[in-house]
Amino acid sequence: MSGTGDVAPTPLVEVVGLTKRFGEIEVVKDVDLAVRMGEKVAIIGPSGSGKTTLLRCVAHLEKPTSGHVAIGGERIGARLVDGRWREMSDREIAHVRTGIGMVFQRFNLFPHLTALENVMLGPTRVLKQSRAEAEPLARELLRKVGLAHKAGDYPERLSGGQQQRVAIARSLAMRPRLMLFDEATSALDPELIGEVLNVMRGLARDGMTMLIVTHEMQFAEDVADRVVFMDHGRIVDEGPPHELFRSPSHPRIQAFLRAVVDREVMNETSAP
Amino acid sequence: MSGWLTTWELLPLLLFAAITTVEITFGGFIVAALIGLVLATLQRLDWRPLRIIIAIYVDVFRAVPVLTQLFIVYFGLTEFGIRLNPLSAAIICFGINGGAYLTEVFRSGIESVHQGQMEAAQMLGMTRLAALRIVILPQAMRVVLPPLGNFAIGLLKDTALASAVAAPELMFRARSLVDKTFLATQIFLATAAIYLVLSIPLGYLTRRAEARVSRGRR
Repeated sequence: MSGTGDVAPTPLVEVVGLTKRFGEIEVVKDVDLAVRMGEKVAIIGPSGSGKTTLLRCVAHLEKPTSGHVAIGGERIGARLVDGRWREMSDREIAHVRTGIGMVFQRFNLFPHLTALENVMLGPTRVLKQSRAEAEPLARELLRKVGLAHKAGDYPERLSGGQQQRVAIARSLAMRPRLMLFDEATSALDPELIGEVLNVMRGLARDGMTMLIVTHEMQFAEDVADRVVFMDHGRIVDEGPPHELFRSPSHPRIQAFLRAVVDREVMNETSAP
Repeated sequence: MSGWLTTWELLPLLLFAAITTVEITFGGFIVAALIGLVLATLQRLDWRPLRIIIAIYVDVFRAVPVLTQLFIVYFGLTEFGIRLNPLSAAIICFGINGGAYLTEVFRSGIESVHQGQMEAAQMLGMTRLAALRIVILPQAMRVVLPPLGNFAIGLLKDTALASAVAAPELMFRARSLVDKTFLATQIFLATAAIYLVLSIPLGYLTRRAEARVSRGRR
């Protein structure tokens, strides 16, 4: 369907009947979603449509109100003990998360550590590798995101785009099988967005399974095997990007895409 | 002039007593810092009954004067057959009392670190406790260290209260020497000078530590 032949049939991520409520407000409503190994799925939709909350539920940073998420067939947050579902301990959840990388809108680099130390922290403190073991991979990853020369710099000395690239390297250092991107370029100045998207494109080419919440429609169209459109907490439509973007069936998607395109056109005309 | 000469001759006695002052300060500080660190961390783990117990502890010990607590521990516990020597009683009291204050200090330090830091650490596979220890606390120290240093200097001065339970510390010794020699001016001035000298390294250590934990920040 998506045209990429190397996609395996078993889903790596399974979201089943997921609902998330904050108090009275239902932010995600009964969402089902499956992401296969190697697949790149972009989640788009207006602000407040529940995209970020859905992604945070996949990472179990938010606990679903009902429904569940499974990674590689293993439920995150609960496990089966004597035929009954028990809540996972913090330690067990932490273990599942070692296989999931997450890139945040606000980078969340550790400000008291250098770029290199940021990338090495997971391998040394969680995987218990020695410095000597962890450093070559960390330097290699920094090189891959184009920041080998910034290894010794503290985050404060880096631009937003550079910080986000270090954050991506930091996630990759754990050798995750799934990468989550939560509006990774939304906090960046326009001229810095491209460098981060390029790193993400490279990652996609390498075959990484990616779940990407984004406002970058062109990027979604280029990179995603499948685009999921969310509105008011529900998945309204999903499909290959060319279908969803070129002939949007749903009036809400049409309205959303028109608004986004208008904004982009306005940005271009107002640019010097 | 001979009063100053006598004071000079008595100085070793005062300095010897100052060792006890340092012991109470050091012991009380360690106990208080450990209590503050552990309770502030536990508070953050979101277990409701524990949070309530900690809140009560903080409120009670902040509200009662240290001197009163000292008398309760030293004199009051004998009722239950517990006899502490003045030094232990003082360390326990200053430790528990300071712990209530430092719990708040560490809590505000932890809260000053953005929630995103916790989430980023968790996504690297750290438990909440590991994330607090490895990522959050080192950053919280920037906020914690100045009040921690002030607390240490305040504690050094407050140890004089331990003279009320006859702990053989600096102020207790000074008063007993004044009782014998009637050289109040000279001996109390010498005592003040010793407190001053003792507090200087504390201020210096605090500034050094602050510079150390501020790496990566302007």
